Amino acid sequence: MLEIKNLHAGIDGKEILKGINLTVNKGEIHAIMGPNGSGKSTLAKVLAGHPQYEVTAGEVLYEGRNLLELSPDERAREGVFMAFQYPIEVPGVSNAQFLRLAYNEKRKHLGEEELDPLEFKDLLKERAKVVEMDASFMTRSVNEGFSGGEKKRNEILQMAVLEPKLAVLDETDSGLDIDALRVVANGVNQLLTPNNAIIVVTHYQRLLNYIVPDFVHVLASGRIAREGGKELALELESKGYDWIKTPDNGKGAGAPAQ
Amino acid sequence: MVTELVKSENSYQAAFRELANAAPWLDLVRSSAMERFEQLGFPSVREEDWKYTNLATLAKENLVPAVNGDENVDASRFAYPETAGAHLVVVNGFLRDDLSQTSALGDVVATDLLSASGDARYTKIIRKYLARNAGYHNNGLTALNTAFVQSGVFVYVPKNVKLETPLQITFVGGTANSATFPRVLVVAEENSSATLIENFVAGSEGRYFTNAIAEVVLKDGAHLEHYRLQRESKQAFHVSNTSAELGRASRYDTTSINLGAHLSRHDVSVVMDHEGAETSVDGLYMVDSDQHTDTHSVIDHKQPHCNSHQLYKGILDGNARAVFNGKIFVREGAQKTDAMQTNKNLLLSDRARVDTKPQLEIYADDVKCAHGAAVGQIEPEELFYLETRGIGPELGRSLLTYGFAEEVIAKIKLESIRSELDAIVLRQLHTSLET
Repeated sequence: MLEIKNLHAGIDGKEILKGINLTVNKGEIHAIMGPNGSGKSTLAKVLAGHPQYEVTAGEVLYEGRNLLELSPDERAREGVFMAFQYPIEVPGVSNAQFLRLAYNEKRKHLGEEELDPLEFKDLLKERAKVVEMDASFMTRSVNEGFSGGEKKRNEILQMAVLEPKLAVLDETDSGLDIDALRVVANGVNQLLTPNNAIIVVTHYQRLLNYIVPDFVHVLASGRIAREGGKELALELESKGYDWIKTPDNGKGAGAPAQ
Repeated sequence: MVTELVKSENSYQAAFRELANAAPWLDLVRSSAMERFEQLGFPSVREEDWKYTNLATLAKENLVPAVNGDENVDASRFAYPETAGAHLVVVNGFLRDDLSQTSALGDVVATDLLSASGDARYTKIIRKYLARNAGYHNNGLTALNTAFVQSGVFVYVPKNVKLETPLQITFVGGTANSATFPRVLVVAEENSSATLIENFVAGSEGRYFTNAIAEVVLKDGAHLEHYRLQRESKQAFHVSNTSAELGRASRYDTTSINLGAHLSRHDVSVVMDHEGAETSVDGLYMVDSDQHTDTHSVIDHKQPHCNSHQLYKGILDGNARAVFNGKIFVREGAQKTDAMQTNKNLLLSDRARVDTKPQLEIYADDVKCAHGAAVGQIEPEELFYLETRGIGPELGRSLLTYGFAEEVIAKIKLESIRSELDAIVLRQLHTSLET
C-alpha cells in the first residue's frame, strides 16, 4: 500500500529526514517511535502533504502512485488520513457540517452520491459510537473549547467517518489520560480492517499496549535506526532511547546515526 | 466651489421648499434642521470622524429627494415568516399602509410618524423624543434627514406590553438618482419588550442615496432586540444613524449586518444615563469589489452598574475598504461598569484595507473594561487541517470565512434571518454549504 524509498525531507532548508525506507502493507499496524527531534512528526506531515515541508530526495508510492504529486486534499480523498498531534479549532463551523462536507467531498471524488443532512446524521450517530462521543459534540464548533482528550477523540471520529485506507496517527496519545487513551485506542482498533493500514507515531510505548503494532520502527536523527516487532517497543520502554543512538546498534539504518 | 453650492441648493433646498406643512412645532424643527444642513453641508475628510470616508462624490451628485413612495413594490418577498402580521413597508422613506400588515401588533402602535406627530395621543411624546438622541446641530447628515421628516415610522410599545411577534420594517431603497430619508422613532415604555428588524433592501440596482435615522428610547426595565440588515444596491450611498437612550435596568441588544451599498456609513450610539442598563452592540460587515463600509459607534456609560458588550466582525475581499471606530466612554462616577469591545477583520484579498480604532476613555476607577482589534487572513495551518480532510483550499477558505461570520450570525434569534444570511455569505463566497 505504501512504499517509502530513501526519503529525504526538511523544513526551511534544514534536512530532517535523511533517507527513510519503509513499506506498509494492507492490514498492518506500524509504529514509528523515536526520541524528540528524530523526525517522527516530520514523516507524518510529509505523508499528509504539509506545504512547509520540502521533499529533497526519494519517493513515496501509495497504491503504486506517486503520493508526493498529490495535493493534501487529493491525498485525503484518495484515502490518506492524518490525526493531528494538535488538532485545529474551526470556530463557527459545527462538527456535523464539517464532517458532512469532508465526507461528501470524498464521495464526489469517488463518483458516489452525496448524503443529505438527514442521511448523514444517521451515519454520524453510528460512527460516533466508535469513540463514545456524545451527540452534543456534533452541534459544537469543530474542536472549539474541546479538552485535549476530546480533540483526540474527535480526530478518531473523523477517521471513523472518512474511513481512510492509510491512517497516520501523529502522537495521538500525547496529553491523554488513561481513560481517554483507552477510548481512543479502542476506537482505532475497531477501524482496522484487512484492507487498510495504520501508522502510529508515538514517543511512548504505552499506546502500543492498546494498539498492538505488527512492526516497530525506531527513528534517530532522521533515519530508521532499529526495526523489529512489538517487543522492540517494550525494550525501548525499559532501556530508553539512548542505546539506539550508538552507531554499533545502528543496523538497519543504512548508515550510523549522527 | 460655487457651482457645488448651487447644485446642492438645487436638489435639497428646492425640494425642501416644496414640503407640505406639518404641525407648527415640527415645521420649526425641520426648518432649523435645514438651516443647520446649509451651514454644515456634507461632512468632509477634514473632520476626524470622516477621515477615511469621503462623501465628496455624494455631495456633488445631483440627487433629488423623493416626493412619494407610490411605486409598485412586491414587498411580500422581503417578509420574514416570523414577522407575519407585523410588517411595515416603507418605500422611498414613505410608509405604505397598503403594503403593511399590523394585525399581530396588539396594543403596540406602529404608524406613520408624521401623522402621529399631529395625533393628540402621541404629539407630546414625539415632540419630546424626536431629534433628541440623533441631534442635528453638529451633524449635516442628521440635519438633512430631520429636514425631510415627511413620513417615517413611529413605534410605541406601552407599559408592560410584551410584543411576541417581531416587528419588521422593510425600507425599499430609492429609485435611481433619488435621495430618501427614512426615519424611525421607537419609544418602549416601562417593562415592555419587543423585537425590531430594520431591513434595508434595494429598490433598484441604480445609484441612489439613503439617509436613515432610527431613534430608540427605552424606559426603565424595557427590552428591545434590534436587528438592522443593510442590503442596498451596490451603487447606492447609505448613511444611517441609530441612537438609543437606555432607562434604568433596561436592555438594548442590537446587531447590524452591512452587506450592500457602494458606500455605507453607520453611526450607532447608545447612552446609558441610568443605573443597571445593559447593551450588546454587535455587527458584521462583508464587502467586496470597490465597496466601502464605515461603522462609528459610541457607547456612553454615564451611570454605575451598566454593562456593554460589543463584537463587530468584518470580511473584506477585492478592493473593499472598511472603517471601524468604536468609542466607549466611562464617565466619572460610572463605577462597576463592565465594558467589552472587540473588532475582528478578515482580509480575503491583498488589496482590501481596514482602518480600525477601538477607543476607551475611562474616568472612573472601579470598572472592568477591555477592548481589542484584529486584522488577519486565513491561517495556513487551519487551511491545511481542512485539506487533510479532503476539503480543497478554495472550499476550505470559504468554510473558514463562513465560520468567522457565524460568530455574529449565530446570535440572531430569528431562524429565517440566520439562514438567509448564511446563504448570502456563502453565495458571496461562491460556495454552497447545506446545513
